[in-house]
Amino acid sequence: MMAIRYPKSIVAALGLSIVIALFFSCENNNSLEFKRYYSEGAAIYQTHCLNCHAADGSGLLALIPALNDSTFLKNNKASLACAIRYGLKRPIKINGKAYDENMPAANLAPMEIAQVITYMNNSFGNQLGMVTMDEVETDLKSCK
Amino acid sequence: MLAAGWSSCKTNDSKTSLPIFGSRKAVTKTVNGQSVTDTVYQTIPKFSFVNQYGDSISNKNLDGKIYVADFFFTTCPSICPMMARNLLTVYNTFKSKDDFKILSHSIDPKHDSVPVLKKYADKLGVSGNTWWFVQGKKEDVYTIAEKNYLVAVKQDSTAAGGYVHQGYFVLVDKQKRVRGAYDGTDPKQVDQLIADIKTLQAEPDQK
Repeated sequence: MMAIRYPKSIVAALGLSIVIALFFSCENNNSLEFKRYYSEGAAIYQTHCLNCHAADGSGLLALIPALNDSTFLKNNKASLACAIRYGLKRPIKINGKAYDENMPAANLAPMEIAQVITYMNNSFGNQLGMVTMDEVETDLKSCK
Repeated sequence: MLAAGWSSCKTNDSKTSLPIFGSRKAVTKTVNGQSVTDTVYQTIPKFSFVNQYGDSISNKNLDGKIYVADFFFTTCPSICPMMARNLLTVYNTFKSKDDFKILSHSIDPKHDSVPVLKKYADKLGVSGNTWWFVQGKKEDVYTIAEKNYLVAVKQDSTAAGGYVHQGYFVLVDKQKRVRGAYDGTDPKQVDQLIADIKTLQAEPDQK
């Protein structure tokens, strides 16, 4: 039997590529979950949000706010779930403008809320990452 | 074959007149000693409402106007924002024409008072006298919706916002005849409405 001797450089390259592959498969798991949340969220958005907030998240002039105020979304991250689940009855400021109409409650499960927030937070120019169901369940416990 | 199909499509696109909806009857009268038969079409009857400025608006204010009628309420959580968004496109296309109007009827007059309607119009950026948001006696609005504009509305505590209604935009000509009805939540049908208004404006008796 003849033993095949690989040059050291090839062994090293092979080893490195395995490490890279592992790293990316890990990445893939995260991004796969993100994609799942995002695409489910898009469908929920169409059913529950689009009529008012529009397909492009632009809202409706001074009547309904746009969903592209990343600073607001970031600063109010913990109360978004409550606003979606129970509606909003207090005035808010979006993109520097005041909005005082009531937002109706959307009767959604925590998972659906997490998915639709993930969709909103990564659409319309926002890049705010993922919100998980666990986070939403925690946030819903402290609704005012 | 293909060419025939293509050209038949083309013909449909460039229509020169719109259908007339509603019941009609033939009326025979005597003109200069001769009997003449004429077709009488169903028209929008007398009405009297109040607009967002507190002015009364009657059928007379729509004499000689082409207008679009719809039914909504300001707190409507379902189809109304979509309808308002689409109607704004129509408004922005024709607001410089003084023989064009939009008449949005509130089906919740108890809540939609004159100041509420004014605030709603302001928030949509609607000023001037092209687009009137009107309210009146509830029975009057519901009757004219169903009998004349052929749009179904009804109060229903189980529906979102408390009312069910159809989101039609109804096109009415200068003789107050209904010439078209378009799904106000569908941007494609709203494009068709805009095209049809232009077609209607070009009809000889609409000038």
